[in-house]
Amino acid sequence: MKFDVSVEVRLRPGIADPQGATIERALPALGFDGVEAVRVGKLFRFTVDAPDEAAARAEAEEMSERLLANPVIEDAVVDIAAVVDHTVGVDHSVGALR
Amino acid sequence: MTTRIGVVVFPGTNCEHDVVRAVDIVAGARSPAAAGADLVWHSETTLDRFDVVVLPGGFAHGDYLRPGALARFSPVMGAVSRFAADGGAVIGICNGFQVLTEAGLLPGALQKNRGLRFLCTTVPVRVETIRTPLTAAVVEGTVLRLPVNHFEGNYICDADTLDRLRAEDRIVLRYTENPNGSLDDIAGISNEEGNVVGLMPHPERACDQLTGATDGMGLVAGLLGVADRRAAVPA
Repeated sequence: MKFDVSVEVRLRPGIADPQGATIERALPALGFDGVEAVRVGKLFRFTVDAPDEAAARAEAEEMSERLLANPVIEDAVVDIAAVVDHTVGVDHSVGALR
Repeated sequence: MTTRIGVVVFPGTNCEHDVVRAVDIVAGARSPAAAGADLVWHSETTLDRFDVVVLPGGFAHGDYLRPGALARFSPVMGAVSRFAADGGAVIGICNGFQVLTEAGLLPGALQKNRGLRFLCTTVPVRVETIRTPLTAAVVEGTVLRLPVNHFEGNYICDADTLDRLRAEDRIVLRYTENPNGSLDDIAGISNEEGNVVGLMPHPERACDQLTGATDGMGLVAGLLGVADRRAAVPA
C-alpha cells in the first residue's frame, strides 16, 4: 500500500530561531501587527510503500531521526495518509476540452 | 619524523588547497620535509598512510539538507571514524567541524549565526587547552587572530554536554568577542580523548604574511609535530 507522508522538521522549543525572529520583525512593516512566535521549519513530502500505516510511520520516523532532522536541535512530526489511486475515475487527457 | 597529513575533499569542499599550502609554508619554516599534505577524494576508504586527517572548509555535498548532513554518507567517513577510534588526529575546520558533528564524532550542532549574518572577518580566539594535536605547539591562554567565514557557526549543545565539555577540558578555543552567538563563546571543541577537534576559525588562512595574518601557524605547527610526539611516546 502507498502512503503519502509529510514530515515537518522544526527547531526544538527553546532553541533560538534567528530566521523566525527576522521574519517576525519584518511583518509589521507590511501592516501585519500582533504576529508572535514565528518559527521557521522544513516540510518533506514523499510516498512510501508499506504493508500498513504503522509500518509507514515507523519508517518515516526512523528517516527523520537518522537524516531529515538533527536531533540535537530539531524535532520531527510525521503525518501519514493512505494514497488514493489517482489513475481510477479521472481522465486528465480529455476532460477540459469537451 | 615526517608527518603525513591527509586533506579530505568532498564534492563542494573549497579550502583544501589552503590547508596544503599552509602545511607547506609551516613545514618549510621548521625544517624541510617536516610534513607533507595530500588530497584525499571522498570515495577513498583507507587513511592508514596518514598521521593527521583534516576535513577542510567549504560546502560538502552543497550543504544540502543541513551543512555536513550528507557528507557523513561519503565512503571516506567510515575510514575517518576508524582513524579517530584508533587515536589518529582528526581536525575539522569550519564545514569540517559541521561534518564531524553531523557524523557524531563530536557532540552538539552548529546553528545559523545570531543576527542571521554571514560572517567573513578576523576575530580574536583564545587557546583554552593544549591537550589536543591542534594546540600542542602553542601556549595555553594565547589569543590568536584568526579568520572566520561562515553562516552556521553558532555552536549549541544541551546543558549536560556543556558541563562535560567544561569538566573534561574539551573546549579547545573560545572567542574573546563572540561574533555568532555561540554557546559559552565556543569556537572549537574536542572529543573525550582530545584527538578529534572541530573549530570554526580558519588557521590555515593565517599562515602567510601576504594575506595579512600569521597567527594560524602555531596551530598548523601542532599538527606537524604529531609524528614526532607519537614517536617520543614509549610503546
